[in-house]
Amino acid sequence: MKKEITFTLNNEKVIVEVDPKWTLLYLLREVFEMTGTKEGCGYGECGACTVIIDGQAVNSCLYPVMEAEGRQIVTIEGLMTKDGDLDPLQKAFVDEGAVQCGFCIPGMIMSSKALLDEKEKPTEDEIKESIEGNLCRCTGYVKIIDAIKTVADRR
Amino acid sequence: MKGYEYHKPQTVKEAIDLMEGLENAKYIAGGTDVMVLIRQKKLVPARLISLRNIGDLNYMETEGGLRIGSAVTHNSIAKNDFVQRRYSALADAAKKVGSLQIRNVATMGGNICNAAPSADTACPLLVLDASVIIAGKTGEREMSLDDFFLGPNKVALEKGEIVKGFTMPAFGENTGSAYFKHTRRQAMDLPMLGVAARVTIDIGGSEVGCKDAFCTVDSISNILKRLEDEKLVCEDVRIAMGVVAPRPIRARKAEEALKGKVISEKLFEEIGEIAASESQPRDSIRGEAWYRRDMVKVLTKRAILKAVDRVIRPDDTIWPDRLW
Repeated sequence: MKKEITFTLNNEKVIVEVDPKWTLLYLLREVFEMTGTKEGCGYGECGACTVIIDGQAVNSCLYPVMEAEGRQIVTIEGLMTKDGDLDPLQKAFVDEGAVQCGFCIPGMIMSSKALLDEKEKPTEDEIKESIEGNLCRCTGYVKIIDAIKTVADRR
Repeated sequence: MKGYEYHKPQTVKEAIDLMEGLENAKYIAGGTDVMVLIRQKKLVPARLISLRNIGDLNYMETEGGLRIGSAVTHNSIAKNDFVQRRYSALADAAKKVGSLQIRNVATMGGNICNAAPSADTACPLLVLDASVIIAGKTGEREMSLDDFFLGPNKVALEKGEIVKGFTMPAFGENTGSAYFKHTRRQAMDLPMLGVAARVTIDIGGSEVGCKDAFCTVDSISNILKRLEDEKLVCEDVRIAMGVVAPRPIRARKAEEALKGKVISEKLFEEIGEIAASESQPRDSIRGEAWYRRDMVKVLTKRAILKAVDRVIRPDDTIWPDRLW
């Protein structure tokens, strides 16, 4: 049943054997053991599993693994700089106190990263739109939005 | 979870041939409905046939109307300038589906073929006179979207057939459209009610438009009052409602009552009443029937006003939507 697929994961070309019934999330967490990407609801409602595929934020829990073939996929692990530092966006989340329990944060960061890659200076409405599919039960979103804004403002 | 095989055909013909030769197979496009059903074990296919890699389903042409392939994602529709301007109701709806993560993969074809009574893009397509292009083993056929919906989750597709895309006629500058979705929260919610309207105004050769300085800051109600003397006539109108019946429906009596009349806010209120009398909402977890029927009045009026607004003030998005 297993099939071989090739794609780019965090700027590295990977070749991996997969079962077609897997989701991309399963592959990332169980095979690559990249557990930064979380499974929340598993139904595409909460956004904890968000990754960036070809520049767009996507729920990896609903993404059939076979569709990953040939695509550029970036996870939260891929944001680390060469010398092991945090991405400016991650730093802003820490500095602004946007993280409480932290479970939603990898998804939040991937969603806002996709926005900041696309738009130089997003408006507050665009920031809200970018994270509308990410549920956070701790923070009330205000500091998360502040954190994304500070990154945009510093540009 | 039981396993399934995953096929990735490159052409429509290949996909249809695959479907014919395989037992217990299911088409999958964006997967935001199918994958959820599989994970909930409500759907146990032995094979999935992906429509995502078929180039022939992914097109958007704007000459002499609008033609959209079924594999076009909601986000690319919502972001398209031409659709926003000329087919505004469709852009309104595409922008409101699920979340950004969902809109990046979920397709128009999927939204329509799933045929939920609450499908957001259904109402706009109905008011924009869309027809459906269906590809089957024996060739292609075309039918109006109104005939395509049969009931909840039922559409007029024979086994193996694929919706290739949607075709909408061209509308002039004197046509505007809008879609309003009523939800409890702004994102990630199904509508408890959705209403779309398209209005074509008879401008009799002259230019309609609000020209005085208040235009950019005033509400459409006030502007209509100032334009009262011009006797703007509604040349053509379509109203469609979602969630108020087993399938998205047109409010035909309301359309009849508005067609050919001089437009005014008071008339729109009456049209809302008629549309509400045509709706058959039921109690559900998202809202009660009496409330939905009452809201049909409000949203119908709002959608018509917004459509008229877009004819009169095409260039400015001035009056913030948030005030609605």
